[in-house]
Amino acid sequence: MRALVAMSGGVDSSVAAALMLDQGYEVIGVTLKQWEGPDGTMPVAGCCTLSDAEDARRVAAQLDIPYYVLDYVEEFTAAVVEPFAQGYLDGLTPNPCIECNRNVRFDALLDRTTDLGCDVLVTGHHARIAEIDGTFRLQRAVDGTKDQSYVLHMLDQKALSMVKLPVGEMTKIMVREYAATMGLRTAAKPDSQDICFVTSGDYRDFLRNTHPEVAAPGAVLDTDGAVVGQHGGTAGFTIGQRKGLGVAVGEPRYVLDIAPRDRTITIGRYEDLLVDDCVVTDMRFTDLPPSEGDRVQVKLRYRSEPVEATITRAGETWHFLFEDRQPRPAPGQALVMYEGEFVLGGGTIVDARKRVGVSG
Amino acid sequence: MMTHTYLDHAATTTLRPVARVAMAEAYASANANASGQHGPARTAKNALELAREQAAELLGSSRPLDIVFTSGGTEADNLAVAGVALASQRRSIVVSAVEHDAVLRSAESMQRFGYTVTKIGVDMSCVVDPGEVASFVGPDTAVVSVMAANNEIGSIEPIKAIVEAVKSVDDSIPVHTDAAQAFVSEVTTVGSTSADLISLTAHKFGGPKGVGLLVVNPSVRLDPVMHGGGQEAGRRSGTYNVPGIVGMVAAMKEAVAQRDVFRMKVGRERDAFEESLSAWLPTAVVSGSSKQRMVQHSHVRFPGVLAETLLIRLDQEGIAAAAGSACQSGAVEPSHVLTAMGMSDTAAGECVRFSFGWDTPTGQGQAAAARVANMMRELT
Repeated sequence: MRALVAMSGGVDSSVAAALMLDQGYEVIGVTLKQWEGPDGTMPVAGCCTLSDAEDARRVAAQLDIPYYVLDYVEEFTAAVVEPFAQGYLDGLTPNPCIECNRNVRFDALLDRTTDLGCDVLVTGHHARIAEIDGTFRLQRAVDGTKDQSYVLHMLDQKALSMVKLPVGEMTKIMVREYAATMGLRTAAKPDSQDICFVTSGDYRDFLRNTHPEVAAPGAVLDTDGAVVGQHGGTAGFTIGQRKGLGVAVGEPRYVLDIAPRDRTITIGRYEDLLVDDCVVTDMRFTDLPPSEGDRVQVKLRYRSEPVEATITRAGETWHFLFEDRQPRPAPGQALVMYEGEFVLGGGTIVDARKRVGVSG
Repeated sequence: MMTHTYLDHAATTTLRPVARVAMAEAYASANANASGQHGPARTAKNALELAREQAAELLGSSRPLDIVFTSGGTEADNLAVAGVALASQRRSIVVSAVEHDAVLRSAESMQRFGYTVTKIGVDMSCVVDPGEVASFVGPDTAVVSVMAANNEIGSIEPIKAIVEAVKSVDDSIPVHTDAAQAFVSEVTTVGSTSADLISLTAHKFGGPKGVGLLVVNPSVRLDPVMHGGGQEAGRRSGTYNVPGIVGMVAAMKEAVAQRDVFRMKVGRERDAFEESLSAWLPTAVVSGSSKQRMVQHSHVRFPGVLAETLLIRLDQEGIAAAAGSACQSGAVEPSHVLTAMGMSDTAAGECVRFSFGWDTPTGQGQAAAARVANMMRELT
């Protein structure tokens, strides 16, 4: 059996490649070139840089496996970078890692796996895939603090049957220890936190460079519509944001709403932020979809605990009624459904509402 | 490690044993700094100047000092394009659209100093039309650069006719030709090309890497691009790489002496490869014209298969080939040459270059074609 390992140059995918060798696979390492500098060179700042590719290449050489860089710049730009910028311009809070997984890594690259003569696609994500009674299930990682099952919710049965996530069975400490034992150069490399194509570490700088119109100033409103301040562009804000509002009113204020067309943001108290349900589209499922009336746990952002919710549906639009009111999730982020340890699927949040007279 | 069937001789070819021996001897006996004022330096300087005389003779030049040794083809191209443009009062640079990046990027880098760059197109076979070049040159042309043969397709450019066409407009315009890819199989001399400047790089004809030369006609004014100690009569600074230069000239001698054999033997392997491939895989399309093409190149389009995928499959099967040009990271980039030939991006992404060399064993062409055809059947 032959495994295609997507190597980012980080410790997790380095160890994933080594583990597949341990399991007796013939292994091929690849790095996806996803974006580039103006002259076609690989970026030197951010993640997925030339130096990351060199780390991956050196690890591959150490493991004595063939290694290639695959050009996915066009796919990545169209499916991830452009929607990311457009999303912010539209007042959303996009999740580029999910778009990348959805359209590049587990779509375009999965299609290539067979073409490249490989049987399975391997990544260094922290999550598990379990085969239970003939069904593949996506499960949280052994290391709860590193669990990435949220960003993998789009994997369907076909994908789950072809993907392997060997480091999901290990804690991060074990992964680093394993890498150190093997003498891999990435053993102590820090985890990447940033969005790979945002070199400065601040997505606002990236937007200002690519779309100068994001810096159009506008008014900060309170819940009554009164102007309480000014802001330097709606794209700098996320629903629920508390810091950096530039308005001092004595007690904490949160971004409740973003209206790019009017160039306004509305702020209010924490209670004003709470909503009863949220509306989700573009749903994907790991297996059969859950039914109307089912209660599931949902994660509304990457780093948050799941909360209980009940499903109602209107065609392809799904409504999740929270058991307890929740701070308004940011449109553009993913809602991911869990059943205990297992991921059922998820989609993109388009709206969240307060229902007068309804309590979960 | 797996022993690969090496079909990437156009990227770099096997070091000729004569070059290896000559270099080893030079490292032992002529390793001093040739610019010094002592016995060992004189020995090194003698070896250097002997190599220069031999190189000049092999290139049909009666003036050894017309040879400027460089660190390779890229530096020679930069010196020919940027160096000549910098020394000129004129502000226009004319190149073909299918030049190596060493010429293209060098020309483009001059734009920031106020130079304009004109790129001349090619036909579907990657051949430049001399008349078209002539129509784009004029009183402001500082330098013209058209390669002797294209490194991707293997197409042979009518360089002599191009020089004549340019000179018929204005005989003071210097014409450069990058003969890096052509030298091993095509007669390349001052007379055969009529060019004022000719670039060569040793590793493409069996010499060492990191050594090349530029032939410069004394009528051409040229500013150095490498500044320093003033070696090479002020045209190129840097300590003389005597062993490398000696190795290059040894390989040059052998390449020239064996050129006819190369054309026959390598041409037979390449033809066998293409004939067998066409028979077993009728969908494969060979690029370039059959007449105006070097014997060692086979540039093939495999419709429906990404070259990036094919290269990886070939590598897995132990066949070393190339596509487009590899960037810094190693990703395969779309080729400007194929775009200039009028290929769509899709078609350009389906092309692989197989190239044969002086030590290609007999029978390898046909055997490789069989393996490529088998793999393609698996893929489609």
